[in-house]
Amino acid sequence: MKLKEIVEILSLKPLVPSAGLEREVSGGYVGDLLSDVMANAGEGNIWITLQTHVNIVAVAVFKNLSAIVTVNGRMPDADTMEKAAEENIPILLTGKSAFETAGKLYQILNAKGIQD
Amino acid sequence: MRLDEIIRILDAVTVTNSLEPGEEIEWACATDLMSDVLYYSRGNSVLITGLAKQQAIRTSDIADIRVVVFTRGKEPDTQTIELARMKNITLLITPYSMYTACGKLYEEGLRCCPE
Amino acid sequence: MKAKIDRTYEGSFHIVGGDFSRAGEASTELKTILLRMGMDEEIVRRVAIATFEAEMNIMIYATAGILRYTITPEEIRVVAEDMGPGIEDIELAMQEGYSTAPDWVREMGWGAGMGLPNMKKNSDVFRIESVVGEGTTVEMTIRLGDCGEESR
Repeated sequence: MKLKEIVEILSLKPLVPSAGLEREVSGGYVGDLLSDVMANAGEGNIWITLQTHVNIVAVAVFKNLSAIVTVNGRMPDADTMEKAAEENIPILLTGKSAFETAGKLYQILNAKGIQD
Repeated sequence: MRLDEIIRILDAVTVTNSLEPGEEIEWACATDLMSDVLYYSRGNSVLITGLAKQQAIRTSDIADIRVVVFTRGKEPDTQTIELARMKNITLLITPYSMYTACGKLYEEGLRCCPE
Repeated sequence: MKAKIDRTYEGSFHIVGGDFSRAGEASTELKTILLRMGMDEEIVRRVAIATFEAEMNIMIYATAGILRYTITPEEIRVVAEDMGPGIEDIELAMQEGYSTAPDWVREMGWGAGMGLPNMKKNSDVFRIESVVGEGTTVEMTIRLGDCGEESR
């Protein structure tokens, strides 16, 4: 399923204009401990987190994640945005909680047979 | 949502429990960051977290959270289990990731704490 | 159950920096004391959360600190004073999500920049003073409102 469709359905706000939304999404991952995400997130996953500091971009690049969703309206730091633009990583903002965002994403992806 | 339903939906193992199976849990909160548990949670919630440490139990006790779920089958150490028992916190372990646990509970109608 | 507070109660806890295994013990004890006095559960929850965050800040950033509490018929006041690095820009530190915590603290589930906002959110009056190189003092007051009035 395309990231673009998910952004529309969940009304996520793309914060990195240069990062395209045409990529494929393989599943979701929720986590705020970078070591956990490094160890366990899957390639192409959308990563749902409260973390906003610059290291999240490095994790997304390393794990080849499709996007980062920052929840509870948590705006990423300026250096995070800069790095994301440089690395071409979409960061999507939502005012909703991690629980609700994950819950809805799970339903959307499940309906498409994506169960990661 | 009833506690026994949460356990069933998450295929969870019960590590400590002092609640009745029919106990109603009103809200859910999913995070690894303890200040956010304190900031957003309400009492009578379930906390879903990957932080399988004493800190998660300590924080839940301060915030009046009664049920804590550790994700990805993470086994806590004995001090963590002992603290949960002492503080009357129901501690569950689910084999699912935080994402899947949230998805399954949301699907069955559980919602997050209102702000 | 209404609290019957007819005088002033005071106490304190010493906090040692870096001792994560004991993090939260002081706040837990204060919570127990307040519940035993018959305080309203929502008020106890606010005091406990604010105190816990203050305790964690000492634990994470300072060498040592002290938590003092005062309970009167009108209010609960908690003062957290530490010997730590101090805060350079308090306004910035008060912003949600701003943090100077090292990575190992973040991996322990702390240091995501919600500590001070959380203390403020749960206090009726919140004061913070800091001197770089010396330390930080946070004062949090939670009013007992109707509960306190009626119990007298």
